[in-house]
Parts: sequence; C-alpha cells; structure tokens
Amino acid sequence: MNKENLIKYILGIADNSLILGQRLGELTGHGPSLEVDIALTNISLDLFGQVRSYFQYAAQISEEEKTEDDFAFLRTEREYVNVLLVEQTNKDFAYVIGRQFLFDHFHFLLLNELQKSKDETLVAIAKKSLKEVSYHKRFSSDWVKRLGDGTEESKQKMQTAINDLWRFTEELFETTEADQEAIEAGIGVNVTALKDTYLANVSEVLTEATLEKPELQFFQSGGKKGIHSEQMGYLLSDMQFMQRTYPGMKW
Amino acid sequence: MSEKEVKNLEEIFEQKIARDEKIEPKDWMPEKYRKTHIRQMSQHAHSEIVGMLPEGNWITRAPSLRRKVALLAKVQDEAGHGLYLYSACETLGVSREELYDQLHSGKAKYSSIFNYPTITWADIGAIGWLVDGAAIINQVPLCSTSYGPYARAMVRVCKEESFHQRQGYEIMLTLCRGTEEQKQMAQDALNRWWWPALMMLGPTDDASVHTAQSMKWKLKRKTNDELRQQFIDQTIPQADILGITVPDPDLKWNEETGHYDFGEINWDEFWQVVKGQGPCNKERLETRVNAWEGGAWVRDAAMAYAEKQAAKKVQKAS
Repeated sequence: MNKENLIKYILGIADNSLILGQRLGELTGHGPSLEVDIALTNISLDLFGQVRSYFQYAAQISEEEKTEDDFAFLRTEREYVNVLLVEQTNKDFAYVIGRQFLFDHFHFLLLNELQKSKDETLVAIAKKSLKEVSYHKRFSSDWVKRLGDGTEESKQKMQTAINDLWRFTEELFETTEADQEAIEAGIGVNVTALKDTYLANVSEVLTEATLEKPELQFFQSGGKKGIHSEQMGYLLSDMQFMQRTYPGMKW
Repeated sequence: MSEKEVKNLEEIFEQKIARDEKIEPKDWMPEKYRKTHIRQMSQHAHSEIVGMLPEGNWITRAPSLRRKVALLAKVQDEAGHGLYLYSACETLGVSREELYDQLHSGKAKYSSIFNYPTITWADIGAIGWLVDGAAIINQVPLCSTSYGPYARAMVRVCKEESFHQRQGYEIMLTLCRGTEEQKQMAQDALNRWWWPALMMLGPTDDASVHTAQSMKWKLKRKTNDELRQQFIDQTIPQADILGITVPDPDLKWNEETGHYDFGEINWDEFWQVVKGQGPCNKERLETRVNAWEGGAWVRDAAMAYAEKQAAKKVQKAS
C-alpha cells in the first residue's frame, strides 16, 4: 500500500475521534452533574490521545514535513473525512449520549478488528484505544438505558435523539477507496462486514432501554468524502482559530 | 446537655487543636466551627467549578493538540477538586444541592478572579501561572488545617495545582520565547491578570473580618498581607525570566526589608467584583444555573431508573 493512501486510511479513522473529541470538549463545565462532566471530559481526552497517536504516525510516514497539528488544524473542510454522525451538535444531553452510543458501538468493533492489522503501529494504537473505547461504550449504553427507562420526559428525549441520529449510521459501514486498498493490503478493516453485529448490539441495548429501533429508508452520508453538514464549518472555525490567525507559530 | 458538659467538650476540642490533632466528622465541634468550615470549603468548591468556565472557553480553540489535551485535563482536575470539596462539606451535614442553591441564588461567594474574561490564549498561561500560583499560596497551609477531611482533600488539590502552575508558566515561557506578537500577547495577559491575582490573597489585614478566628482554628496560618507579600516576592523573579513586566510603577526591591515594595491595590474594584458587578459575574452565574437547571431532567431520569432497578432486584429476591 502506498504511503499516501495509508495516510488517507489513517485519517479516515482518526478524524472521527478528532471531531467527536472536539464536540465533547465544548461541554466541559456544562454537564448535568459533576460526575457526568468529568466522564465526558475523560472521553474527550481519550479520543484526543488516540488522535495524537494516529496523526503522529501519519506525520512520520508522510513524505512532506508535517506534524500532528498540521493534520489536526490545517486542512480545509473538504479534506476532513470523519463521518457525519460525530460532527452533529450537542443539541441536548440525549443527543450527546445518542451520538456517543451510536459511534462507540461502531468504534469498538472497528478497533477490535484493527488489532489484526498487518500494520504494527495501527495494532498498537488499536490495542491501547480498545480499552478506552470499551469504557466509552459502557458509559453511553448505560446512559441510553437510564434515559430510555427513566422518566417519561427522558424516554421521549432519548427516542427523539436516536430517531434523528439514526440516519447517520449507514455511513459508518461505507468503504472508501482508501479503505478498499487497505483491506486488500491486510491493513484495513472491512467495515461493511461489521454492520450486522453492530445492529444486533445496538438493538439489544435499545430494547433494554425500552426504546424503539428506528426503521428508515433513507440515510445521509458524505462525511467520508469530505462533504459535511453545515455545522462542521463552525466547529472548524473554532478549532483552527489560533493556527489560522497566527500561522507558523509554536505554542 | 448541661452547660458544664458543653464546656468540657469545648475544652477537649480546643486541646485537640492545640496539639495539632485533626477534628473528624463525628467529633464534637462548636457550631461556629462547623459553619465557618462549610462556608470556606463550599466557597472553595464553588470557585473550582466556576473556575472551569473561563478556562473551558479555550478548550475548543487551544492552539495545538498537546495544549488541548493538557487544558482538558486541567479543567477536569478542577471538576475533581470541586467533587472532593463538596464531599468534604457533606461530612458536615450539608448536601451538594443545598450548596448549589446557595451559589445559584448569589448567597454563597466564589473566588472573584473567575469573573474576569479570558480573551486570548495567553490568558490560559497567565491563569495557570498567577491564579494557580496565588491559589497555592492560599492553600498549602490548609494541608495542615484542623479539620481532617479538608486537610486531606487539600493535599491532593495542592499537588495538582502546583502541576497546573508549572504548566501555565510553561505556556507563558513558550509565548515569551516566540514571536513579537506572542510576547505582546503574554505581556497583555500579565497586565490584565496581575492586580486581580494580588486581590486573590484577600482584603488587607485590617479589613479582613475572619482572620483572627481562622488563625485560631488553623484554617489560616498567615495573614492575607503576609501571603500577598510571599506571592509577589516569588513571582517577580519569574516575570524577570519571562522578560515581561508587572504593571506596577511603584514595584521595587527593598534591600532593608528583603521584600518587594508594591503599589496601591484598587480595593474599590475588588469590592465591586465581590458584590457581583465584575465583567463576567452575570455570565458565570447564568452558565452554572443553566447547566444545573438544564440537567434536571437527566438527574431525574437517573434517579427514576435507579429506583426501578432497585425495585426489580427486590422483586427477584422475594
């Protein structure tokens, strides 16, 4: 697999953690309780830690002089390849949990498979991240159950969030050209093959949470091709603010 | 309890403090001791969680991944400090909810420094260096204060604060070794944070109402003015290394006293901010109230769920 495509493959995984970490970072200090505030910040920290490992690896194999921060802060919106799901806004706590839940279950399966990659660095990152993500998955699944089977109000809010976010789930299982090449090289994970397990796992939690699994005919995708939701631009203008305003400086 | 018995308990209590032994939650203590501790510990807890907001502003805009991770971890530490301190208050029989009510209604105070805005990245450096620096000076003596749960919480808090302080200073150092623009950013932050940081050590001794009693209970080991002098003496050489200057034309080294002399603090500004009229008092309190009220349905759901689970367990067992 050539280096350029390997970098593309790495970004396809890393950008999800980057953008979700950024969204969670918006919430620090605003949580519904101190304990939840600490937990969400912790998840954000884990995700950024993973991002740093991926980007440092990408920088190391890049033929250009690049750093982790170049990948994080100095791309145009069209060059970020995260899925639409993770860039969705923190509309309310049910959305935060719904987004986390729908992503964590995918993320867990992805990392589990990535451990079998022929690329040793990716294996090492996957092994370390998997421990963190199994905690994330437990946290978000527990909250889906609490909100789903809590009060009438929380049930309705949680169901609405799941209904609204469900249209972004299909994209998780789309393979890009870089994915395809990485799969053939024995480096990448065939995400399409994870779909059945994902749906079964997610459905199990939803049932326990007394929530309905949405039945949709139409789904949204585009993030993996760099075509994002409108809110992505605002996220990036915050995230890139310092690097864009003061180009080339060390912090 | 007879008057004699109370007097006897009071004597045992005073002797314990004199021997530097800890007062524990189940020990008898005078009501005033309990109230003073609830007031001070909850003020401290509130300061930690309100303090998350000005720094939290910069999490989404941190200039590098390394800085973003460090800032997230720092703000998370503050939430952790809030948690220990609210728990320490609970040992004196007051709930976190009651304390939040006092904060949200404006009855309880928190450190005024957090009512100043963080408008540049350098403010994150200045807060770590100066605000955490002043906080450490205030807090290190509390590691040996008489109330056990408070003293133990402070040991951990101080360790983390001193890490934050070094981190803040390192941000300033990077800026001061950077471009002219970055150095100016650092100087501007020092200009804005210097006087409020000095005010953090509290009103001058003659205006401080709680000092005498607090010294007796070892809630305080040095007076506000002594602490302030200590802060200035330790901070000026650090500013010299950075190559930036504190905004005080009267500041100079005094050979005779072995301390820095410094200019008049604007106490009108201090009282203005304490009384709720600082640049961000309204925003900070509104944000806290919104987070709490907006999260009520989440807490209710968690409670309802826990009750249902407990009921299921009972059903299974029977």
